[in-house]
Amino acid sequence: MSNKITSFLSILALLIFSNVAFASSTGENEQIDGGAVDTQEEINAYIRHHLQDAHDFTLFTLGESGKHIGFPLPVILWDDGLHVFMSSKFHHGAAVAESNGNYYKLYHGKIYKTNAEGEISYDEDRHPTNARPLDLSITKNVVGMLFAGALLLFGFASLAKNYKNKPIPKGFGRVLEPLVIYVRDEIARPNIGPKADRYMPYLLTAFFYIWLLNLLGLTPLGFNVTGNIAVTVCLALFTFFIVQFSGNKDYWKHIFWMPGVPVPMKILLMPIELLGVFTKPFALLIRLFANITAGHFVVMSLIALTITMKAVFGPIAATGMSFALALFITVIEILVAFLQAYIFTMLSALFIGMAVEEHDHH
Amino acid sequence: MDQLLNDFSPGLFIMQALIFLVLLLLLTKFAWKPIVQSLRIREESIQDALDAAERAKQEMAQLKADNEKLLDEARQQRDTILKDAREVAAALKEEAKADAGKQAERMIADAKAAIDNEKRAALAEVKTQVAALSLEITEKLLRKKLSDESAQKELIEDFVQEVKLN
Repeated sequence: MSNKITSFLSILALLIFSNVAFASSTGENEQIDGGAVDTQEEINAYIRHHLQDAHDFTLFTLGESGKHIGFPLPVILWDDGLHVFMSSKFHHGAAVAESNGNYYKLYHGKIYKTNAEGEISYDEDRHPTNARPLDLSITKNVVGMLFAGALLLFGFASLAKNYKNKPIPKGFGRVLEPLVIYVRDEIARPNIGPKADRYMPYLLTAFFYIWLLNLLGLTPLGFNVTGNIAVTVCLALFTFFIVQFSGNKDYWKHIFWMPGVPVPMKILLMPIELLGVFTKPFALLIRLFANITAGHFVVMSLIALTITMKAVFGPIAATGMSFALALFITVIEILVAFLQAYIFTMLSALFIGMAVEEHDHH
Repeated sequence: MDQLLNDFSPGLFIMQALIFLVLLLLLTKFAWKPIVQSLRIREESIQDALDAAERAKQEMAQLKADNEKLLDEARQQRDTILKDAREVAAALKEEAKADAGKQAERMIADAKAAIDNEKRAALAEVKTQVAALSLEITEKLLRKKLSDESAQKELIEDFVQEVKLN
């Protein structure tokens, strides 16, 4: 119980943090990516840039020359036909990329269709009005997903192969097996009950996928996959559809015609329950997105203290303070990485459990 | 919210859905199913072993109880046999005692009868002897008395007297 309270408090703290961070970052004057990061505005832009998906895999950027060190990734666009080219064609947004007679320009991490000169027109909010083709590129996040997927597949397939020879796994399987049992015994079975085994593949995949991507996000490779709203929306939708498709008669009855209450209450409860069907996965997607984004924001902001506090405390004190705080928060983020994977999976299991539960007391 | 919507990339969403779905299918086929099944088989075998151990323990206890019962029965049987033997012996003794008593009585009775017979015989003998003696004495007396005439007469007179009376 106290565990839950502390985790709740830490989540709350992170959410507050992230709100503050968002508030300070909105309406910022966007600067060109790369180059030296010296001012508060540049730091904010840099962090915002990091939190977004990217079409290049940039490991780091040389401050003096603004040169990006990394490698380009393939761009795949669907725009009345398939357009495939490497992202190096964009020159990090500086150049217009031509493909099969169409022109595309990279602007703040997004690809817009332009004319041959690469002109982008803006509305009054400084948002580009150009058309956006369907961007199926192998972006940095996709690389992260594929990398995580390959790791999971390799790790757990080797664990599965381990069982063929002997009942007790050896080596790394010894580490993975308790985690699988943990998901089964602490997440799936208590929440879903006797039908838990049917949902084990999804819950296990979701748990380890989210956890591994959360952890990858803490490495200097700089993935921010689970902090991307499109990813969390997709994950929450998986849970949503699984819940709806496994919902039994009782589940739908509790939504549309709540048993055991008078008729006016039934009518009153119907829209509330129906709303609940959608708020549950919505809470899932927002929680994961906000926590991971906030974590990245806080860690990067604390690292940036070494720059922002240099004028006040001097370079050594500022760096020391930044290092200590960033280390502390990173350790907490490692915990949060697990916690968010756990919460997502646990709540998914809970929602599935509510949908498949047999109500024999009515 | 506007920022969020702007950040939402439909392409990334599709890629994520595809990758996740493929990952889910691959992991289910190559990892989760065999792993979960192996875990279940292992747990079942452990449970079976535990059950078997428990059963063996129970059988052991049952066996021990059976032995105890057998031993008890044997002890009881022994006790009954001993008791019966004692009773039989006592009865035999009693019978023997009664037999001996009876024999003694019979012997005593026989002896008494013999003594009586002897007594009677002796008495008869004595009587015969006495009668013989009496006769002898009487003869002698008569001989003596009748040696003279007067005495003979007298006796005859006595007899006559007696006869007359009768």
